[in-house]
Amino acid sequence: MDFFDDGTPGWYALAILLLPLAGFCFNAFTYRTEFTRKRGHIVPLLTIGTALFCALSIFKHSVIDYDADHAGGHGTHAAAAHGAPADGSADEHASGGADGEHGAARAAGSLADPRWRWSSKDHGGSYRLIDTGALRLDAGIAIDHLTATMLVVVTLVAFLVHLYSTSYMHGDKRYSRFFAFLQLFSFSMLGLILTDNLLLLFCFWELVGLCSYFLIGFWFENEDPPKASMKAFMTNRFGDAGFLVGILLVYRMFGTTDLSEIYSKMQAVAEGSAAVPSLFGWETGTLLTVAGLCLFMGPMAKSAQVPMHIWLPDAMAGPTPVSALIHAATMVAAGVYMVGRIYFFFTPDCLAFIAGIGTVTALLAATIGLVHNNIKKVLAYSTCSQLGYMMLSLGVGGYSAGLFHLYTHAFFKACLFLGAGSVIHSVHTEDMREMGGLKEKMPVTYRTMLIATLALAGVPFFSGAFSKEMIVEHALVWGFGANVAKLLPALIAIGGGGLTFFYMMRLINLTFFGQPRDHHKFDHAHESPPAMTIPLLVLAFLSLFSVGWPIPLFGGKKLPELLAPPPALASIALGHDEHHGHAGFALAFAVLVISCAVLWVGYVLYKRTYKERRPGPEVWVARFGGLYTTVTNLYYFDEFYRATVVRLGNATARVLAIVDSKVLDAAVNGVGAVGQLVGKAFALFDRLVVDGLVNLWWHLSHAISKKLRRIQTGNLQDYLAFAVGGMALVTLLFLFLA
Amino acid sequence: MDHLAGYVFIGAAMFVLGVFTMVTRRNAIYVLMGAELILNAAALNFVAFARHLGNRLDGQMFAIFIVILAAAEAAVALGIVLQIHHHFPSIDVSKPDRLGD
Repeated sequence: MDFFDDGTPGWYALAILLLPLAGFCFNAFTYRTEFTRKRGHIVPLLTIGTALFCALSIFKHSVIDYDADHAGGHGTHAAAAHGAPADGSADEHASGGADGEHGAARAAGSLADPRWRWSSKDHGGSYRLIDTGALRLDAGIAIDHLTATMLVVVTLVAFLVHLYSTSYMHGDKRYSRFFAFLQLFSFSMLGLILTDNLLLLFCFWELVGLCSYFLIGFWFENEDPPKASMKAFMTNRFGDAGFLVGILLVYRMFGTTDLSEIYSKMQAVAEGSAAVPSLFGWETGTLLTVAGLCLFMGPMAKSAQVPMHIWLPDAMAGPTPVSALIHAATMVAAGVYMVGRIYFFFTPDCLAFIAGIGTVTALLAATIGLVHNNIKKVLAYSTCSQLGYMMLSLGVGGYSAGLFHLYTHAFFKACLFLGAGSVIHSVHTEDMREMGGLKEKMPVTYRTMLIATLALAGVPFFSGAFSKEMIVEHALVWGFGANVAKLLPALIAIGGGGLTFFYMMRLINLTFFGQPRDHHKFDHAHESPPAMTIPLLVLAFLSLFSVGWPIPLFGGKKLPELLAPPPALASIALGHDEHHGHAGFALAFAVLVISCAVLWVGYVLYKRTYKERRPGPEVWVARFGGLYTTVTNLYYFDEFYRATVVRLGNATARVLAIVDSKVLDAAVNGVGAVGQLVGKAFALFDRLVVDGLVNLWWHLSHAISKKLRRIQTGNLQDYLAFAVGGMALVTLLFLFLA
Repeated sequence: MDHLAGYVFIGAAMFVLGVFTMVTRRNAIYVLMGAELILNAAALNFVAFARHLGNRLDGQMFAIFIVILAAAEAAVALGIVLQIHHHFPSIDVSKPDRLGD
């Protein structure tokens, strides 16, 4: 078995997957013990720390060392090793930030040519999960660049959130349970990243949804969390139903759910050596688009894209570390990851849809962020908006830009959430109107949050700037030369930067600047303990330097270059092989200038509104009353759903209840009545015939014996007479018969 | 030359008279006497047939046995009659009918 022959990755990948599960089991099964109840964080911290170490090792082994070893002509080696024609195209991907590579060539370190993989299908099915002959489900792990980088991001944020929670959740009566759920979530999320099978990905996808449900409703004694967790769960069910239909369509088309097999089959289609199997008599394009849209339903719900974004702000009812880990950095980004995973499968129509959804989300969520007063909900809408950016980027062909933004966003948004948690921990309120002036009291929280804010807004030299500008460049390249509508994503991506800066500065202003608005709360405020500030510092550092900076840190490559886009197989198959061209230096510079200008506008607006108060926010509210009301009511999405989906659901439930009580119950009762009737008939037969026969015998013998008993007189002489008479009778009989 | 028919006729007459006596008489003593008549009818038949079928003593032996049996029977029967008389102050055989319906 070559699972571990290749040295580290096998063991490490397995350790990453199973350690958090072991931690979960430990906390779950020993929750009664004193150790787990009081020190429930120790085992989880150890497992997630080890997982982080393993993830870093895998990253080093599979990405940095590998690329360094194969720096000469690595595409050649990797492709040759897998028996494919060598073309060295991977080097072309590394040619610029805004690459528009769409050839059918294999990209090194991608799904088609992973750095390391193990699958049960290479072992004659010995380790197969399901093998019914017709349906085969292979277990497998594939590590490519996308996986390796995601592993590092997830384990790092998870580790920091574990560390943070030791302080934030201290004294909670379900302390160990919280860590158990964090561990279960880490396991599911890492499994989602590691697996190479769409169906298994779906299983882990459901598992993270389940953990999200548990953790949102962690404080289930309160009124909001259970409702919020139910809402999140139900909304995700909608998306997941589409996802499942998509998987079934893919299975029907290609007869497999294995991602690399789907890839190679799509490649055969793109090369023209095979045709997509027809289904329902649809054309290839329609079929692929429908399947792609169905698959996109999952990420749409999971990544909180309009119109299924409604659950994410409510999910803030959960503990803040959970908001940071699940609802900002990792789980909601799983949708983006998944779109990146099956990127080759999306047709141009699908991608345009994805871009459209992303654009709408980016804009709507940002505007709601402008007016909300709950610190966590502003951040939640900001997350929505940034996820919209990522989807937009993927939609317009900015594969590496979108995933790059996922990574930068994971760090600064986790930092912001943990910072917000630190503030909430200190002042015991989430309402920003009761905060203010905390700058002096919480210097570390303030500084780290400010850094993360600047990174989120995309101020130059902070990590967010690099990823956001790549997105804008891609959107511009995509939109140029087409109709005006196609330019909208680019325009909104640029304008959104200003909005982001405005609402984030508003958040910082309300929280940290000015005079304290609630003196009682202000007096109790204090800087958080090191277990909370250290994660903040680490994340702030990561928002400042490292991942974002265009320095070739990783085996002679910049981070976005590691994430070379896979060839757009679906587009090629449909003959839509559009070359968007590369964004040149001039465009990059122009984008930089325009972005800075927009940021400046956003900042000036913020300054005039909140600092100089000419005019203050109240005036704006008065001037745009109708719009303000609409936005503060969250665009009436909830009301709309209540009036349509919820009402429809309730009406359906009522109809079904009536059907249940009138039709189903009637049928059951009818069967009962028939049974009763038959029973009665049998009872009648029993009484008349069976009992009748028995009674007849009784009556007969009774009547006869009633007559016969008369001869039993007891009189001696009667008996004698009978005896003699009988003897005479017998004698006579003998005489006559003889 | 013997007169078998005569003996058999007398035996039969004695038997019928005995039965008649037993069935009709209420007095227990008479009933016993009827029984004696029947026994003696049987004994007479034995002797008559023995004489008729050659000079063997089988019939006479049976007759003697019957006489002995009749004596024993009379003793037991008289004991029963005494008990009946003791129980019912009468020896009317139609009185003890408790075994009846």
